[in-house]
Amino acid sequence: MMEIVCPAGTPASLRAAVKAGAHTVYCGFADETNARNFPGLNFDRQEMREGVAFAHDHGAKVLIAINTFPRAGAEALWYSAIADAERAGADAVIVADLGLLAHAARHHPGLRRHLSVQAAAANADVINFYGREFGVKRVVLPRVLSVPEIAAIKADTAVEIEVFVFGGLCVMAEGRCSLSSYATGKSPNMNGVCSPATHVEYHDDWGALSAKLGGYTIHRVGAGEPAPYPTLCKGCFTAGETTGHLFEDPVSLNAEALIPQLAKAGVTALKIEGRQRSRSYVAQVVRNFRAAVDAHAAGLPMPQGMLASLTEGQAATAGAYKKTWR
Amino acid sequence: MDLTVGPNQFFWKAEDWASFYDSLATAPVSRVVLGELVCSKRLPFFQDRIPAAIETLLAAGKEVAVTSLALITLKRERKLSAELVEAGIEVEVNDLTMLAYLPEKTPFSVGPLVNVYNEGTLGWLAARGATQVCLPPELPLDQVRSLARAGADMRVRIEVWGHGRLPLAISGRCYHARLHGRTKDNCQFACEDDPDGLEVSTLEGQKFLAMNGVQTLSDTFACVDHQVELLRDAGVSALRLSPQTGDFAAVCALYRGRLDGRVSRGGVAAALLEAYPGIRLSDGFLTGATGAEWSGARSGAKVEA
Repeated sequence: MMEIVCPAGTPASLRAAVKAGAHTVYCGFADETNARNFPGLNFDRQEMREGVAFAHDHGAKVLIAINTFPRAGAEALWYSAIADAERAGADAVIVADLGLLAHAARHHPGLRRHLSVQAAAANADVINFYGREFGVKRVVLPRVLSVPEIAAIKADTAVEIEVFVFGGLCVMAEGRCSLSSYATGKSPNMNGVCSPATHVEYHDDWGALSAKLGGYTIHRVGAGEPAPYPTLCKGCFTAGETTGHLFEDPVSLNAEALIPQLAKAGVTALKIEGRQRSRSYVAQVVRNFRAAVDAHAAGLPMPQGMLASLTEGQAATAGAYKKTWR
Repeated sequence: MDLTVGPNQFFWKAEDWASFYDSLATAPVSRVVLGELVCSKRLPFFQDRIPAAIETLLAAGKEVAVTSLALITLKRERKLSAELVEAGIEVEVNDLTMLAYLPEKTPFSVGPLVNVYNEGTLGWLAARGATQVCLPPELPLDQVRSLARAGADMRVRIEVWGHGRLPLAISGRCYHARLHGRTKDNCQFACEDDPDGLEVSTLEGQKFLAMNGVQTLSDTFACVDHQVELLRDAGVSALRLSPQTGDFAAVCALYRGRLDGRVSRGGVAAALLEAYPGIRLSDGFLTGATGAEWSGARSGAKVEA
């Protein structure tokens, strides 16, 4: 059966996800070592130990994301996160940085290593390189590949494949995007944040609501229309004669319908994005995906459209998986 | 400090591409990185010109390297990348996939699209054979300083993005094709019409980004005119100048003049704004609060006050 990997931004979410049927939960420490470094989110050391113990008691695993790029001159913070993850009993760490992987492989050889999506490993050769050099056992694929491309990768590697199936959608290769720091000074790679809320402003322009990020107006909706969060790559821009969502529409990813194809492609684990989401959201998504993989494992038809109401702005896409980009 | 001309990020006609590299033969730069960085579909149009360009530049006494693609996914791209190693020219790695093909102990350089954010990564790459590393453009000056210091101990030359539209993102999706209602496989080379990228502005008409096929760049042209002394003191070995249309050899000469003290601080920016009317400059990643900031604007405000 395919493994469901669920986000947990707080200890309460972790418990909710485990109770809802998550095989695995991923979370991070409350500092800049993880790519969801939001106020009020994530785990201190004790909460992490308790969360891992709770999950293990319920037969679930915990992965700890240490997936930002250590700051020059301050790598000790990231090294201690790796050591504390091992001490807390984590089943694996999710790492993106080459130097940090080398450190973990050398100093914590018994700690299982997954390659974060932030490493944007998009072909079998580089995945095998990470496997060979650093003993990486699993790779989280960037959200820029189609299902046939994923199948082709799996055909050429023994490293396990994990793919995102639900939640936020990056259209840029992850870990290789500095749009956010260009506009706001804060980036996913360096600060663990993208298009941060601290830099968002909403303005009422003659009845229309404008959303600005870092002073750039990238959304405008009429009175009463839902205003999407101004994430840079999903903003509204003008190029040539065209004004619109030039990079991606304000949609989120929902690949639940592709579970059978992803299973056939050899995918080991399905990942749900959203450590910043509420525990009730997490529990609902987990229940539905667990039902879907259980149905698939039992040879039953896929339940359809369960999660439509949970997707951002009510619009969802299968992203690159359906090959429409190519 | 030396000057490196980075690989052209845009899709130019083959004859324009070739004459650009001819013109660099006499430009005051010590190193040139060429080849296709952004999109493998562009390569067949100028691939046959590459050997002659390399020969010309080597004959002119330049160090020459060929770049890898920035995002290697397809089987064809993997094959192409593996073959790059056999060309006998130094490879600039811009996707870590290249490390799967480079034999141990083969020296290589690392481009700005590889995430070198810290000493651990720099050290690992140095041990693997990296001799020169161009840091990611978003790194602030204090981290450049840390890495340059570490690079000196490891005998790795540290290069910094000095001039040109900043590479901000790379995607599996082609935005030029999307703009024209096409898919990537049927793009009909829409990016060819925009040899410096296509301007992308906000809903208020503020210039913001530039579209270049699967790549997204800044609208502003990075310019380290105001940081030359800081970068030199930090131990940075080279500045990278990224190709654009117009008289690029003159752009190289401006920076060379600035490094040699023949052009004063602010002189490069002033000359650029005169030669390319309407462009905007930035240096915020190094010393500003955001990447888009320009310290020339701040000092200008002071003068007015």
